[in-house]
Amino acid sequence: MTAAAPAPARLRVPTGDGFSPARVWAMMLRYLFLLRSSWPRTLELIYWPAIQMILWGFMSQFLMTNSSWVAKAGGVLLAAVMLWDVMFRGQLGVSVSFLEEMWSRNLGHLFATPLRPYEWVISLIFMSFVRVAIGVVPSALLAIPLYHYSIFTLGLPLLAFFALLMFMGWAMGLAICGLILRNGLGAESIAWFAVFILAPVSAIYYPVSILPRWLQYVAWFLPSSHVFEGMRAVMFEHTFPLGHFIAAAGLDIVWLAAGGIVFLLYMRQARRRGALMQMGE
Amino acid sequence: MAEIVLSVSGLTKKFGDIVAVDGIEFALARGVTAALLGGNGAGKTTTLSMLLGLLLPSAGSITIFGEDMLTRRHRVLPRLNFSSPYVDLPHRLTVRQNLTVYGRLYRIPGLRDRIAALAGDLQIGDFLDRPFGKLSAGQKTRVALAKALLNEPELLLLDEPTASLDPDTGDWVRSYLETYRARTDATILLASHNMSEVERLCADVMMMKKGRIVDRGSPQALIARYGRATLEQVFLDIARGGDVAQRAAAQ
Repeated sequence: MTAAAPAPARLRVPTGDGFSPARVWAMMLRYLFLLRSSWPRTLELIYWPAIQMILWGFMSQFLMTNSSWVAKAGGVLLAAVMLWDVMFRGQLGVSVSFLEEMWSRNLGHLFATPLRPYEWVISLIFMSFVRVAIGVVPSALLAIPLYHYSIFTLGLPLLAFFALLMFMGWAMGLAICGLILRNGLGAESIAWFAVFILAPVSAIYYPVSILPRWLQYVAWFLPSSHVFEGMRAVMFEHTFPLGHFIAAAGLDIVWLAAGGIVFLLYMRQARRRGALMQMGE
Repeated sequence: MAEIVLSVSGLTKKFGDIVAVDGIEFALARGVTAALLGGNGAGKTTTLSMLLGLLLPSAGSITIFGEDMLTRRHRVLPRLNFSSPYVDLPHRLTVRQNLTVYGRLYRIPGLRDRIAALAGDLQIGDFLDRPFGKLSAGQKTRVALAKALLNEPELLLLDEPTASLDPDTGDWVRSYLETYRARTDATILLASHNMSEVERLCADVMMMKKGRIVDRGSPQALIARYGRATLEQVFLDIARGGDVAQRAAAQ
């Protein structure tokens, strides 16, 4: 025993009390290092939104001469595809950053540090924002010379739509992370397909009124349906639909709360099952 | 009286009907190197996971630095660290990037200097800028140790610290741990199958079997108690549960 010996000078490490922006930044740095280390990953972020935009751009040009509805507001399909991508990429941004930890069997190390789950969640959300910006902004800019359409002509409502869809994407991303924590990497494909279950009901390319009556009730529980209805109102009627905005914002709060609860519940369950030490490929 | 750094009472972990850890009790003083020794499935890794807060116990309590680990783990974790072959560091990040991320998670002051110092101590300077996934097993072990020492932990938990290492690297790691403990007065708890490692490093050995601590003492005391020549023979006695083990444990 060496209890009587004077205590040696120690490295002064701060306590782990409370929220720490430094730890959020540390996690963001981890994902930024990863993104920087692999140009194919960055290219992939840009590739799919660009391909989608190009396909729907040609489709729009064709429909503008064959559909009076599309002709009334050129770019309605392009705006829809780009905004849908905001939500999809927002969700993927959270889920894929989370999956990186699973793939690298790193969860045990992370949660033996003072990192708190909500600090990690905040870093995932920031990274989702970065991934969406990398993926969607080049597409939006490319549409201007290719199809003479700028989504930025939506003006301030665009910011509102963008934020509302991002929130929904984050909510879904968190719930999906929870499900992967619960079911292991065998469930990772949920991250890629889950959002598409909502695509038909979100009324991305057509009005909610097209849906069967019973499905319309489901659609109005999705923030995305209100956003796409709102987008069409801006483009066809040149009015900002405050009702849809308030409904989408309210629903986003509910969705985010639900997504966060699912994530934290399964996180705690993972600690009970010992999954943090075992998760991996 | 030596300061008690870690105290465990009635610690139990059940996975359904399986009892992985069964009401274990022990305490460790500052500056001690101790070992959890036992065969596969004895409960060593499960115990370490609970000490780290990565696994919630079914019953019992863990007190580290006087704090309840179940309710105040974030006060404890900055003073604790670990290394285990069961978890990995991100393969695509370089060694320096990995250490930078973890250093920032611990909010270590003067991080660049700290990484440089550890790189010198652990001889990882030559591959600081190589991706972690491209390192050899020995190099990875040294990097994992660097990560475990970033915050200069007062309690260091090591799960099979020299598993899959060649004898030379294994010996080097053991020497480093001895130096670290002597320099910092840290408490080290390791789980191992390696008897010679435990004999060399540890003053206190807890023998685990089926989730219980079935015997405890210094390597020399255990060897004498079982009337054997080596700790490995003691281990085999306990693992096979013969008469000698029962008599010795009863003593």
